[in-house]
Amino acid sequence: MTSSAIEVSGLRKAFKDKVVLDGIDLEVPAGTVYSLLGPNGAGKTTTVNVLTTLAQADAGTVRVAGYDVATDAKAVRAAIGVTGQFAAVDELLTGQENLQLMVDLSRSATDPGIVTELLERFELIESAQKPASTYSGGMRRKLDLAMTLVGTPRIIFLDEPTTGLDPRSRRTMWAIIRDLVADGVTVFLTTQYLEEADQLADRIAVLDQGRLVAQGTAEELKRQIPGTHVRLRFTSVDELDAAARLFTDASRDDDALALRVPSDGGTKSLRNVLDRLDEYSLSAEEFSVHTPDLDDVFLALTGHTTEVGAR
Amino acid sequence: MSAKSHSLVMLSRDFKHVARNPTSVFNAVLMPVIMLFMFVYVLGDAFSVGVDYIDYATPGMMLLAVCYGLGGTAVSVNSDMTKGIINRFKVMDVPRHAVLTGKVVASVLTNLIAIAALVGVAFLLGFSPSASALDWLGVIGLVLLLGFATAWLTVALGLAAKSPETAAFAAVPLIMLPFFSSAIVPADKMGPGIKQFAQYQPFTPIIETLRGFLNGTPDTGDALTALAWCLGIALVGFLWASATFTKRA
Repeated sequence: MTSSAIEVSGLRKAFKDKVVLDGIDLEVPAGTVYSLLGPNGAGKTTTVNVLTTLAQADAGTVRVAGYDVATDAKAVRAAIGVTGQFAAVDELLTGQENLQLMVDLSRSATDPGIVTELLERFELIESAQKPASTYSGGMRRKLDLAMTLVGTPRIIFLDEPTTGLDPRSRRTMWAIIRDLVADGVTVFLTTQYLEEADQLADRIAVLDQGRLVAQGTAEELKRQIPGTHVRLRFTSVDELDAAARLFTDASRDDDALALRVPSDGGTKSLRNVLDRLDEYSLSAEEFSVHTPDLDDVFLALTGHTTEVGAR
Repeated sequence: MSAKSHSLVMLSRDFKHVARNPTSVFNAVLMPVIMLFMFVYVLGDAFSVGVDYIDYATPGMMLLAVCYGLGGTAVSVNSDMTKGIINRFKVMDVPRHAVLTGKVVASVLTNLIAIAALVGVAFLLGFSPSASALDWLGVIGLVLLLGFATAWLTVALGLAAKSPETAAFAAVPLIMLPFFSSAIVPADKMGPGIKQFAQYQPFTPIIETLRGFLNGTPDTGDALTALAWCLGIALVGFLWASATFTKRA
């Protein structure tokens, strides 16, 4: 086995005449977190399905844990754990029964205490005897992930693990994922949120309409996209002209009578902007701080917004 | 872990589902009993079928009872598919036959409970079959075979449907089909078109065979036709379900 947990080259997949994956190349070193970032319809789930042996590629090679997914699917399945896009828990079974089901079906779970251990680790002990249909979204996700961990897989695929969760549950999930990585597990994560990829991933790949349009660390990607800026909107062209002379590094939007002034978003740089406006007796109709989000990344990398990407 | 114990694990999960899902039990067990009451008490006197209506209707209602259970099977299979539970099983290398057979056996078990309840109520309403012990074995055998065949077809429908709602809808024709057979009234009392349909559709020979067994006068021709239909439906359902299971992710 090589030190790469996942190696993909030239992966293509089409459904009938619709191309979903159009030549994907990526490599995930063992023990790292790799995040596939993209909007709905970009091909994230299809990628996960091919990498986890659930779907077959039309072309290209995919090796997971050193095994070819096409010819050695059984060995791949024995090495991986998958948490799909929807919490795949059995609603009519209790939390404990769900975990026990996984133990009963697993080839590798031999530790008799694993169910209790996982319930404790994911803070599900109190609800263990209640049917999963009564669980909140966050609890379902935790149970879902706990079920994936029953066989102690070394490579875990998480397809949008926090979509639909409230911010608090999302943070809990992030902490759990970080713990997994600390144990040396390789994580392949898909997400729609730049922040999530930023928080968790060692490497991020941006997927758009079946192609990887960028790959790199969070820092490398952020350098490619417009940074945090302050947006000032004025009521007249004269004011806009005057302000544009003050902030020479700003970019202007004449239609909206707005000016985008680069800023790090900190109070000092914000005060600076306000002080300068004040000094020249200029006042903006509207003042807002923008931090880059997925839309900005997309705009910068693909020339269109996520809305278009979702088509 | 051997495939056999995988099958047992899946089967016990599916039994738990049957036991814990009151709506599907209501549909599968109570609906046929309610239909029996309705047809025998409310409408029965209006039909002249040559024999006591309860004796005429009970075999048809047995078939209806099998079909009413299928809605629950379709929904159960589909929610496993669309929620990603089947994908989870696939990644765990749970063999296809373990997953699908669990659903089929649970469906057939529901049928048996429903038919036991139905026949019990029929006896209370004056059902008096003249079947020998051997004929009863024939009845049970055919009901099992029918349940098995329609369950495979329903599992396939459930796997192929986009959502639990469409899965339930896809099973409706199977639930409606008994009404256009000789279940309620003999086919030759129906209007042209429907009459021919009722005569040649699969459920009529199956019902006539059940009727024959229960009257103690089984007809070999009907029985062979019924057998052929059941095996045909089972084969189509099995092949379709297997292919869809492998293909859909």
